[in-house]
Amino acid sequence: MDMFNAIIQVLDSTIRLSVPLLLACLAGLYSERAGIFDIGLEGKMLVGAFAGAAAASVFHSAYIGLGMAILISVAFALVHGFASITHRGNQIVSGVAINFIAAGSTIMLGQAWFQQGGRTPALAPGERFGAIIWPGADAVRGVPILGPIYSELISGHSVLVYVAFLAVPFTWWVLFRTRFGLRMRAVGENPAAVDTAGISVAWLRYRALICTGVLTGIAGAYLSMVQNGGFVKDMTAGKGYIALAALIFAKWKPVNAMFACLLFGFLDALSIRLQGTPLPLIGKVPVQLMQALPYILTVILLAGFIGKAIPPRAGGVPYVKER
Amino acid sequence: MAQAAIELIGINKSFGAVRANRDINLEIVRGTIHGIVGENGAGKSTLMSILYGFYQADSGEIRVGGQPASIKSPNDAIALGIGMVHQHFMLVDNFTVLENVILGAESDALLKKSITKARSELERLEREYGLEVDPDAIIEELPVGLQQRVEILKALYRGAEILILDEPTGVLTPAEADHLFRILRQLKEQGKTIVLITHKLREIMAITDTVSVMRQGTMVATRETRKTTVEELAELMVGRRVLLRVEKGEAEAGGVKLAVKNLTVKDSRGVTMVDDISFDVRAGEIVGIAGVAGNGQSEMLEAISGIRLAVSGSVMLDGKPIDLTGAADPGELRDRGLAHVPEDRHHVGLVLAFEENENSILGYHDDPRYLRGPFLNIDAIRDDARDKITKYDIRPADCRLKTANFSGGNQQKIVLAREMEQDPGVLIVGQPTRGVDVGAIEFIHKRLIAMRDQGKAVLVVSVELDEIRSLSDRILVMFAGRIVGERGPEATEGELGLLMAGVEHREAAE
Repeated sequence: MDMFNAIIQVLDSTIRLSVPLLLACLAGLYSERAGIFDIGLEGKMLVGAFAGAAAASVFHSAYIGLGMAILISVAFALVHGFASITHRGNQIVSGVAINFIAAGSTIMLGQAWFQQGGRTPALAPGERFGAIIWPGADAVRGVPILGPIYSELISGHSVLVYVAFLAVPFTWWVLFRTRFGLRMRAVGENPAAVDTAGISVAWLRYRALICTGVLTGIAGAYLSMVQNGGFVKDMTAGKGYIALAALIFAKWKPVNAMFACLLFGFLDALSIRLQGTPLPLIGKVPVQLMQALPYILTVILLAGFIGKAIPPRAGGVPYVKER
Repeated sequence: MAQAAIELIGINKSFGAVRANRDINLEIVRGTIHGIVGENGAGKSTLMSILYGFYQADSGEIRVGGQPASIKSPNDAIALGIGMVHQHFMLVDNFTVLENVILGAESDALLKKSITKARSELERLEREYGLEVDPDAIIEELPVGLQQRVEILKALYRGAEILILDEPTGVLTPAEADHLFRILRQLKEQGKTIVLITHKLREIMAITDTVSVMRQGTMVATRETRKTTVEELAELMVGRRVLLRVEKGEAEAGGVKLAVKNLTVKDSRGVTMVDDISFDVRAGEIVGIAGVAGNGQSEMLEAISGIRLAVSGSVMLDGKPIDLTGAADPGELRDRGLAHVPEDRHHVGLVLAFEENENSILGYHDDPRYLRGPFLNIDAIRDDARDKITKYDIRPADCRLKTANFSGGNQQKIVLAREMEQDPGVLIVGQPTRGVDVGAIEFIHKRLIAMRDQGKAVLVVSVELDEIRSLSDRILVMFAGRIVGERGPEATEGELGLLMAGVEHREAAE
């Protein structure tokens, strides 16, 4: 039973840890499907996390915090759009710039506003998104096997966790069942086809970037208002890049993206769980190695275990009308 | 009284200092096929892009069906019943036919209704015009002929009454082109108006009712097709008399200069593109390789010139074998007297960002003539480039100009000058006149024949059957990676067309 509980605990933290990855990965999916590479997921998450925690602590409301996180993150997405769509700049450069601005400005503003070394004040329970306990969760806790699965794994997460997982089928539906999705996929493959069909390439790409901004905003809010009780500098810690790796791993498909992020989340959970625990046969493994595991796996997976991942064909290329 | 579907009145359009269209007047009669011919850069495509709302004219008026029209975007054009089939298809390659057809013409925010509607509409169009195509097929899995059909269907689905086709036959086999023409005639019978932009005069003669000729941004003439001739149109296009078929004497073929033996080449996906082919090219002859694009010609050229590794095979250059499966590098082949004019001058033949003089020695830059010690001898290079410019009539005659600023024909001349002036024993040329104007074609053909007459072995690969027939002393036809037949220059187009389509495969193998 101990073993079972341990597994449940690892899976539970797998879910918690995959959520920011999943939100960022879906965010990247919108922009990359529309033909805009977005290496700035990391930065947008970070500003989202900061704006969310700052607003929540000032206005004492988790929802105002979330709204602010989304607003600021979308604003950064639009800056990326302005540079790479309107001015046809290099998308990688623009993304990297956003990451730098995010890393610097969050610490600077945090220090200026709250004087806590770049942190935001610790959030009170009402300023955070609490766990939602599903009906009957406590009652069935004692039931073997199914009880813990229901009460630990399914119930007891914050609203943002459910939002993240519902975003998966929603994104699939948008992508493959709506006019917007069809056009968005088309503009990532062949913007000239979209242009000649009488649709604005720029407006379409901006809208995709707004979707990206909304999702990275939620991802940031999750980091600072659910996982943590406030903003800490550089708290995204490379999750934006892992999300990009997951996106490639998932071949730009929403359901695959969920499984890819769950896998990365699982590795993360496992590495935390196994820290300091001697493994059978191997013995005690250095913490650093366990922490590096998700990244090592990323390299191995991307190096060829997933088959050929074909990105959207117009990805990274600013659209210029041919003469 | 014939009614005008479209009238263009006094259209002007400039791009920077370039006046692409000058005071163009044109009237297109409803229910006819109207051809527009002109050399590259004559302004045909610009004019049609203005009509389709891709660009706005600087001045002038467009009337559609007698009414003044303001066409500010393709949307406006579509609403006025104007559809366009672009030279480079505007299709999303990994979408289905249906998805491509509805893109931009969806009936509401969800796709379900649009797809159902498009499916039944496509069935109707198929019945009416014989435009069969599987609505659920993925575009990239369809042959180009069918992809083009999807483009036509897209336009018709949007209710096009006027259909503009920009160089529609460039990518088609003769049989596919014939089929296209049948479709166009049928569309005409149903009352549609068709505008055909092309530089192939034979097509104009075959299918149009009226033809307009453009030269350097102006409309120089409009003729009834049955009252004009190919020669007259060519002259109008170029502004002087041109020879459409170069005159040449009998070949005096000597010994074998280039022998390709058992060449097999696979592409990056591991598909066999060239399947165990062998052939010779003798001194003083031009061997032409005909075939529909994609039947292994490109891979064969790349292997012979050392750009791509072969799975098996070798070439004999002047009797000395060179293995193509190992470290055959282009430099070594070049040193042994094999010069190569690649098919794709933009990506392989030239560095477009370089000045003309730099491109004119590329690949021969370690020749002592162009060096002073370890450094490039800039003066020698520029003098040499100026010589070539004069000799090959490259325009503009400025060796310091960026190569990207030359027209396609002149870029091709730069590559040809570079390779021919090295006095190679063997010259292999891929698509010698792709995207090259009528006037320059004549010049390039004459040069190739001059090479032959100097006793060089010349191998020409082209998808233009006319070109192959006019240049070659012997014609080899490639189909599905094999040489399926050899014919003399007197072979008819029909005969070669069948071979190219793989029809006479069995007989040809004998």
